[in-house]
Amino acid sequence: MAGKVDALYFYIVAVSVFFTVGIVLVAIMLAVKYRRRPENMVATQIHGNLPLEIIWSVIPLGLVTVMFFWGAKLFNEQEMAPKNSMDILVTGKKWMWKFQHANGKREINVLHIPVNKPVRLTMGSEDVIHDLFVPAFRVKHDVMPGRLSNVWFEATKTGSFHLFCNQYCGTEHSRMVGKVIVMEQNAYQAWLGGDTGESPVKSGEKLFTSLGCATCHLSNNAGRGPVLVGIAGKSIELLGGAKVVADDKYLYESITEPAAKIVTGYQPIMPTFKGLATEEQVLQLVAYVKSLKADSTAGPAPAEAGKSAPVTADSPTTTAATATPAPGGAQ
Amino acid sequence: METTMETNAAMPAESPLYNKRNYLNNGYSLRSWFLTVDHKRIALIYLASITFFFILGGFFAMLVRLELLTPKGDFMTSDGYNRAFTMHGIMMIFFFLIPSIPAVLGNFLVPLQIGAKDLAFPKINLLSWYMYIGGGALALFAMINGGIDTTWRFYTPYSTGHASGYVVTTILGLFLMGFSSIFTGLNFIVTIHKMRAPGLTWFRLPLFIWAMYATSLIQILGTPVVAITLSLAAVEKGLKIGIFDPAYGGDPILFQHLFWFYSHPAVYIMILPAMGIISEVISCFSRKVVFGYSFVAISSMMIAVIGFFVWGHHMFLTGQSQFAGLIFAALSFLVAIPSAVKTFNWTATLYKGSISFEAPMLYVFGFLGVFLIGGLTGLFFPALGLDRHLHDTYFVVAHFHYIMVGGAIMGYMAGLHFWWPKMFGKKYPEGLAQAGAVATFIGFNLTFFPQFILGYMGMPRHYHEYVPEFQFLHILSTAGASVLAIGYLIPAICFGWSLLFGEPTGPNPWNAKGLEWEKSLSPPPTENFSEIPVVTEEAYNYPDAEATVVTRS
Repeated sequence: MAGKVDALYFYIVAVSVFFTVGIVLVAIMLAVKYRRRPENMVATQIHGNLPLEIIWSVIPLGLVTVMFFWGAKLFNEQEMAPKNSMDILVTGKKWMWKFQHANGKREINVLHIPVNKPVRLTMGSEDVIHDLFVPAFRVKHDVMPGRLSNVWFEATKTGSFHLFCNQYCGTEHSRMVGKVIVMEQNAYQAWLGGDTGESPVKSGEKLFTSLGCATCHLSNNAGRGPVLVGIAGKSIELLGGAKVVADDKYLYESITEPAAKIVTGYQPIMPTFKGLATEEQVLQLVAYVKSLKADSTAGPAPAEAGKSAPVTADSPTTTAATATPAPGGAQ
Repeated sequence: METTMETNAAMPAESPLYNKRNYLNNGYSLRSWFLTVDHKRIALIYLASITFFFILGGFFAMLVRLELLTPKGDFMTSDGYNRAFTMHGIMMIFFFLIPSIPAVLGNFLVPLQIGAKDLAFPKINLLSWYMYIGGGALALFAMINGGIDTTWRFYTPYSTGHASGYVVTTILGLFLMGFSSIFTGLNFIVTIHKMRAPGLTWFRLPLFIWAMYATSLIQILGTPVVAITLSLAAVEKGLKIGIFDPAYGGDPILFQHLFWFYSHPAVYIMILPAMGIISEVISCFSRKVVFGYSFVAISSMMIAVIGFFVWGHHMFLTGQSQFAGLIFAALSFLVAIPSAVKTFNWTATLYKGSISFEAPMLYVFGFLGVFLIGGLTGLFFPALGLDRHLHDTYFVVAHFHYIMVGGAIMGYMAGLHFWWPKMFGKKYPEGLAQAGAVATFIGFNLTFFPQFILGYMGMPRHYHEYVPEFQFLHILSTAGASVLAIGYLIPAICFGWSLLFGEPTGPNPWNAKGLEWEKSLSPPPTENFSEIPVVTEEAYNYPDAEATVVTRS
């Protein structure tokens, strides 16, 4: 991705240099040639030239149109996480980064990831707006309070890379920095260890019971709330007929602002869980709901193929329900 | 060289070298200044006020640049640094750049250029200065009591739920200042519509007037939105009513939408008037009509209108929908077209001109250079996939300084040097003024060009401490800032010298076209014109070499 971003960057640099140098040179030449001197005391008046005006409007229009489509295509790829991405939960707070890997392993301000494997971050903030930025990967996204944010990237070489908070967040903003350590796949698995803690899905499952979600969201249609098994990635019909895809952001919002979008056929009786669950717990609940499959016995096998081939990013995030790897599955 | 120019028949019969009965000596009491309704006097008290805030903003910029000499925060605390750059932004943007050209040169020139005795609402004009200085006093009070660290953008929920200090006081100050801006815009629009001299049709107007008209539209349509937005933020902070803070059920992205709805067009409040000045000066010192007059005029209006629909390009990475992102990106690219058209037309104006290089013209050449770079680097952000990398890095910092400092201040300086003889009727030392233009250009580029590279390398904005590999470029930037400071000091010396010892200039030292030069004296009398001028020709009707040939044959 870094190469693709840089290609666009250097295209615009080339256009900019061409016009800057070109116009400056022309201006200097004109200024020298038509400087005021005894034989050039009076100018020749030229009011304008319509064909010229059209030409120098259309050419820039063409050049920026290329930039627009190129940038839009790139952005689209950046938004669509590949299906085989591994999920990592990120919580930003003043002034640190907290990461939780799929098997439950936690770390602060340092993020270990495997090389050549798409990584999808599911992010929330406990207080103000932060922004996760890894310049080497050309990746950046705001981390908002009160809503879930996703971003993905794939590291293509091992090493240690800067991680910055890129949205002003107060006193220690410039110290809310860390490292991304990119390791070989097997080194990463060794670092990750076996069951080092409770996985986000497992934590979410516990919360689902302890917060009482299970009393309304039954696995059959008899509950007062919609069935959540297999809901992730599905298109949902809302009260009033509008449709919405149940992606991460929707699931997050349904927990923190349940009245915002009411599923058709249900009453708006669910209370908000904002404040009852921490930012991280809401992300864990989302991870759990996503893991609920109609045939949950089969398990999410395809994501754990070890060395994945270079990914063509054409599959939408919204169907990334299979992205929850089984803990330690690849060992 | 004046002798070879055709004699200017339009000049009043008696045109003394220095007009003895002028607006400057029409009363010396404080009352005659602070309760004046003369647009020229109000322009001068604005000039003094904004210069004060410019010095203040410059002081904070110096603190910031000094701190950034080293990667560690060893000169100020983090809180001190955060407050320094916040105060730099607030002072420079709200109390210097936004009022700079409109309130000083606009106030002075709009009536003079259209042949009117004053603005349509002289008392509202005076009130606008009181709003401005009242707002400035509140912001100063907040600053003296420790300032604030919200950045000039006041992003929620940081500003409403987390920041300490006199946030609400500062916001109230900006609220008042906003009204001064609205009043100025309102005054200009009505004046330009209703008070043009007989014969002065829309397409005979000087391009500075077109630029001021476009700017005024933004001021009256955009400023109320930011005033309301900031008030809502103050209400949330003071009363804990949830509007923008998700902790109280608010939406932080809503704040960004409302804030940028004004604050993006606000950039055009700064740059459009500068563009107007460039058109005036380049025409005078090339002795030529501006190439493609109507395209340059209309492009100002297009920039003002399209500029209202691009605000979302500040928010591509907030989680704003991809569809919205695409629309905002496409519209943002569209703004490039009228800007490019202007640049091409200015360059074409030089063709077959008779060009001289006095200080105002040197600033124009400087403007062309930095505006090209500033404008073209604007193309990097609406290229969505690239914005992901460059957003909120030093690349952005460099880009907007190229527009707002390089572009707007160079334009302001060009205008100040150009109309100084009209405002005070006195010469300034030309050689020294030219040196000031060159120093500004060199210092400016040395300060801000390295910041593009820093941004591409990944240096985020608002960083008190940074990783050591960025240090070399930061040192370059601070070195450049020192040269830039000299570049700003030189004009101050020139103008001070001019006021004390300057030779009288006569009513039209540049032999320029325009009612202010041809039909009024220097300095102008309080009533501007001895009789209402009648306009019979287009703007910039300079002598034509070919026409002369034709009449001779």
